[in-house]
Amino acid sequence: MSDLATNRPVVITGASLYGDTKADLVLVDGVIASLSAKDAPTDAVTIDGTGLIALPGLVDLHTHLREPGREDAETIASGSLSAARGGYVAVHAMANTTPTADTAGVVEQVWSRGLEIGLVDVFPVGAVTVGLGGTQLSEMGAMANSRAKVRVFSDDGKCVHDPVVMRRALEYVKSFDGVIAQHAQDPRLTEGAQMHEGFVSGDLGLTGWPAVAEESIIARDVLLAEHVGSRVHICHLSTAGSVEIIRWAKSRGINVTAEAMPHHMLLTDESVRGYDPRFKVNPPLRTQADVDALHAGLADGTIDIVATDHAPHPDEDKDCEWASAAFGMIGLETAVGIVQKTMVDTGLITWRDVARVMSETPASIGRDEAHGRPLAKGEPANVTLVDPKAAWTVEPTATASRSNNSPFGGIELPGRAVATFLRGRATHVDPRFEGAFS
Amino acid sequence: MTGTILGASDIARALTRIAHEIIERNGGAHSIVLLGIPTRGLPLAHRLAQRIAAVEPDFDAAARCGALDITMYRDDLHKQPTRSIGATTLPAQGLDDAVVVLVDDVFHTGRTIRAALDAIKDLGRPQAVQLAVLVDRGHRELPIRADFVGKNLPTARTERVSVLLEETDGEDAVRITGRDDSAGESK
Amino acid sequence: MKHLLSTQDLSREDAIRILDTSEQMAATQDREIRKLPTLRGKTVVNLFFEDSTRTRISFEAAAKRLSADVINFGAKGSSVSKGESLKDTALTLQAMGADAVVIRHWASGAAERLATSGWMYGSVLNAGDGTHQHPTQALLDAFTMRKHLVDSPTGSDLAGLTVALVGDVLHSRVARSNIALLKTLGATVVVVSPPTLLPVGISQWGVKISHGLDAALDEHQIDAVMMLRVQRERMTGGGAQFFPSPEEYTRMFGLDGDRMRRLPDHGIVMHPGPMNRGLEITAEAADSARSVIVEQVSNGVAVRMAALYLLLAGEEGVQ
Repeated sequence: MSDLATNRPVVITGASLYGDTKADLVLVDGVIASLSAKDAPTDAVTIDGTGLIALPGLVDLHTHLREPGREDAETIASGSLSAARGGYVAVHAMANTTPTADTAGVVEQVWSRGLEIGLVDVFPVGAVTVGLGGTQLSEMGAMANSRAKVRVFSDDGKCVHDPVVMRRALEYVKSFDGVIAQHAQDPRLTEGAQMHEGFVSGDLGLTGWPAVAEESIIARDVLLAEHVGSRVHICHLSTAGSVEIIRWAKSRGINVTAEAMPHHMLLTDESVRGYDPRFKVNPPLRTQADVDALHAGLADGTIDIVATDHAPHPDEDKDCEWASAAFGMIGLETAVGIVQKTMVDTGLITWRDVARVMSETPASIGRDEAHGRPLAKGEPANVTLVDPKAAWTVEPTATASRSNNSPFGGIELPGRAVATFLRGRATHVDPRFEGAFS
Repeated sequence: MTGTILGASDIARALTRIAHEIIERNGGAHSIVLLGIPTRGLPLAHRLAQRIAAVEPDFDAAARCGALDITMYRDDLHKQPTRSIGATTLPAQGLDDAVVVLVDDVFHTGRTIRAALDAIKDLGRPQAVQLAVLVDRGHRELPIRADFVGKNLPTARTERVSVLLEETDGEDAVRITGRDDSAGESK
Repeated sequence: MKHLLSTQDLSREDAIRILDTSEQMAATQDREIRKLPTLRGKTVVNLFFEDSTRTRISFEAAAKRLSADVINFGAKGSSVSKGESLKDTALTLQAMGADAVVIRHWASGAAERLATSGWMYGSVLNAGDGTHQHPTQALLDAFTMRKHLVDSPTGSDLAGLTVALVGDVLHSRVARSNIALLKTLGATVVVVSPPTLLPVGISQWGVKISHGLDAALDEHQIDAVMMLRVQRERMTGGGAQFFPSPEEYTRMFGLDGDRMRRLPDHGIVMHPGPMNRGLEITAEAADSARSVIVEQVSNGVAVRMAALYLLLAGEEGVQ
């Protein structure tokens, strides 16, 4: 990437902004200087944007970078590179590291390491409770006031299941405009759970993870948020019932946002037949009816954003029997292609909606002020170029991630991010454009 | 090319002759039991038993006949698709101290008979084992010979000898196929 | 057949072929010399990650009677208990030249993983994986039923028979294997269980469901009743609460003499063992003339001989 890390101006000619407005983008000194190539400085790198969709740089609200603690699975460096390749300019790094990101010290370390690498903005997510233990609130104020300016707090991987702890957390973060991102999973209803509870789990003899274990927590939490007047964000919605509850909550004016994951939008529990642990994820792959409900919910705005839940695991944690395998899938580099495949190419949403659900709204939920901004003169030059016709077949090992646990191997995706610019600097360009930088 | 080597009456005559030879050789039929090797050795054994009974009224044809499935004793199992295992049924008196006459349709390499001898060894200790076959086509690969032969039939290795029987095939005939025209083919 | 992983993979023809082969294998076991040379030179590994002496010795006897070499590899006291992965164990077995691996594992799907992950090339025979499948148990049960309840067993299926499975279906690999196989063979299956011990989605399994043994006996003419083992500790301890008490379970689902006498005259009583006498079955029922429980064990050896024969005897790569 070093050859790309120039501060030369960039001009993207003839791209389709948001998929509907043809314009040029002139990126100078970290901002969008003009929408006309005529204004480009003479030393500018020129990229032919014909046929490409220009979006505000993508923001992932839900990424596991594993550092500190599990650098065998991913590092902030490898995860940042994977994110840039996927079109992301910012990621929110989940708190379930070792040590847990539950103090100002840890979140500042993650934040500054992200800055040092400089491929994406790494916004640490703070833990809601100490050590994700679910009992003792972590010092969220200190994390909020640290240099990392944490605004999103989550025990993701675990549910804040104690209703009193959840209530206090929702109330407490109001003072610094934070948000609790809940991993909705009733622990008692999911003891030993291995996959979605339904016909397939009965067939396979795997302990079921019932939809109600997610839905009951969401129902409780939207009511708690209403009661205390806080905002709440629901991670990885996976069931039709969850979509219904969010739709109901929004109709009541409850300040709730929700995210869906590409894998839940493409795969079902039928994939588990064969017991390949690449399909093991939490919450689990659900049924086609749930997939359809997620599509409908994303299309009608019930679901606010798409996030990846990029969860790297080394081969040895997946190359084993199902029950011994780790939960999780990588997904930064496949997300935009899957959204195009499931939502755009099917006519459910437009590229302008993609900008909303993958950039603008996640940035706004995370209070990332410099991200999710319009593609307009004077705005930060955070831009993702997507080639919607660059069909490719996913090869799990061909990733910048340290881990290969993609469930999408062999699946054909219609498009992908071909260039990513963070504050005007190229963090990823497709090989076809590399010549432009030399 | 196809040629019928034996017709129904040829087969009948051959079996009658073999039946007499069996009685002759063993000085009567008092200790004889017949074991047919499925598929076609089995009806042949029954026909021989009936012919023996016609000469020796004390000989109970049904009770002195059995079936010997040799599948599990074959030495070529791993070279072929998995074979189904047939039934082995022994004469009521068992094999101990009997003169066992093994009956098969075509006598070729001798490997089937080798397997049958192994199987018999696990089933009892006969006084003697003799072999009766309808056709001996040669090409032995083991030092085994037949005691009673319906027809000696010199063949090329590429040829195929088919025995058809009323009980299994609806007619009695011995045919040979693949003569001449296969000679020039490389396999 | 390359592997035997699940009864769901068996067609009616496959299943009948295994049962017919089992018949011939059973016949050889009445002889004075019961050993056959069929699998001489083949190596069968018994890989048991879960203790099951009964199943292991049944497979061991089956393999030895076909003259295969048998290596027993138990989890306890081996590298497996020291944290070796299934993959490394499989690579070791591959290096040792195992022609077949008989695997018992606590994890559902472990046998399929072993067979399909490319870790080894031999045949895999599932001897019970978690709460998923135990195909040879279902085959020996079907063999036992066919022998007792079908007029001319050879070549036949189980059409027209009604079989009741009583007890913990949710956690039972025996139940899953049996239900799939019985349906393939044309039998009607009645599942008798408290709702807490039925998997979600059982309504799509194509079985009849009853929530009490008395009701099941009233509503169906049951030719074979199979009692499933209840794991006492698992059922009521640790907050699991599948049923209130063993006593209540016995009252509603236990097979005693009175209930047994309500079966038709030809009806048989089965149990995969080991039994909890006094919980799911009384001594009177277990030891009665209708009980074929001991015979199930001896049929197990014949069925496993048949499975090993069909997996190992033929040409490699030829079905």
